[in-house]
Amino acid sequence: MADGMKLQFVVDDGDFTRAGETSSKVKKTLTQLGFSPEVIRKVAIAMYEGEINMVIHANGGTIDVEISSEKILIIMQDRGPGIADIERAMQAGFSTADSKVRELGFGAGMGLPNMKKYSDEMEITTEIGKGTCVKLTINVKG
Amino acid sequence: MTVSEIAKKLNLAYYAGENLSGKNAKGCYIGDLLSLAMSRVMADNVWITIQTNINVVAVASLAEASCVIVADGCVPDDTTIEKAKEQGIILLGGEISAFDAAVALSEMGI
Repeated sequence: MADGMKLQFVVDDGDFTRAGETSSKVKKTLTQLGFSPEVIRKVAIAMYEGEINMVIHANGGTIDVEISSEKILIIMQDRGPGIADIERAMQAGFSTADSKVRELGFGAGMGLPNMKKYSDEMEITTEIGKGTCVKLTINVKG
Repeated sequence: MTVSEIAKKLNLAYYAGENLSGKNAKGCYIGDLLSLAMSRVMADNVWITIQTNINVVAVASLAEASCVIVADGCVPDDTTIEKAKEQGIILLGGEISAFDAAVALSEMGI
């Protein structure tokens, strides 16, 4: 297993055509490294939601992924407006996405709840006007 | 059950991935909300949707869907078709409704 492997990606602002590419690359890497389908699925879903959020709400940003045999750590740092009320943002169904985004099949208020559901630990730090950082940990079980 | 058999039975056209139609399919999910589809479409599933934008390909790829059926005569965007070809995603479409497609798939034992 590749202990301590680190990857970094840049997510472009507003580029829906490329959303999912980072998750896809990480998924491929994890598959090559022999992680279980269950772990890979959790990472793929949680990361994809994060990527979409960064494109929809947050002017893009960076995603760092640290892979070890114990856990997979995903750090998503954006340049967005920050989250005014995290508790509300975590409620399934709450979204500030506009109608254009909703037409594309997003903006149903499931992003953050899905990230929580498919990770083992989730930590959000946010500053209004500066950006948000979401840290996700997915444990790798024997 | 192969995608090829499904396409034939449901009278679906290929937008992308006809060369991959020997692929097997098992189980099905119907939905247009991508966050839900992302977590509900399981590996080798047929995914029926009316979404036509490029993110359909990302979700199908990440969830490892066997194929995507774009129902109700909706037509995928050109960028979606190109991306599906690039990513090896089978993209099918036809006039059939999601319900009728699901009934037919069920009758086929999927």
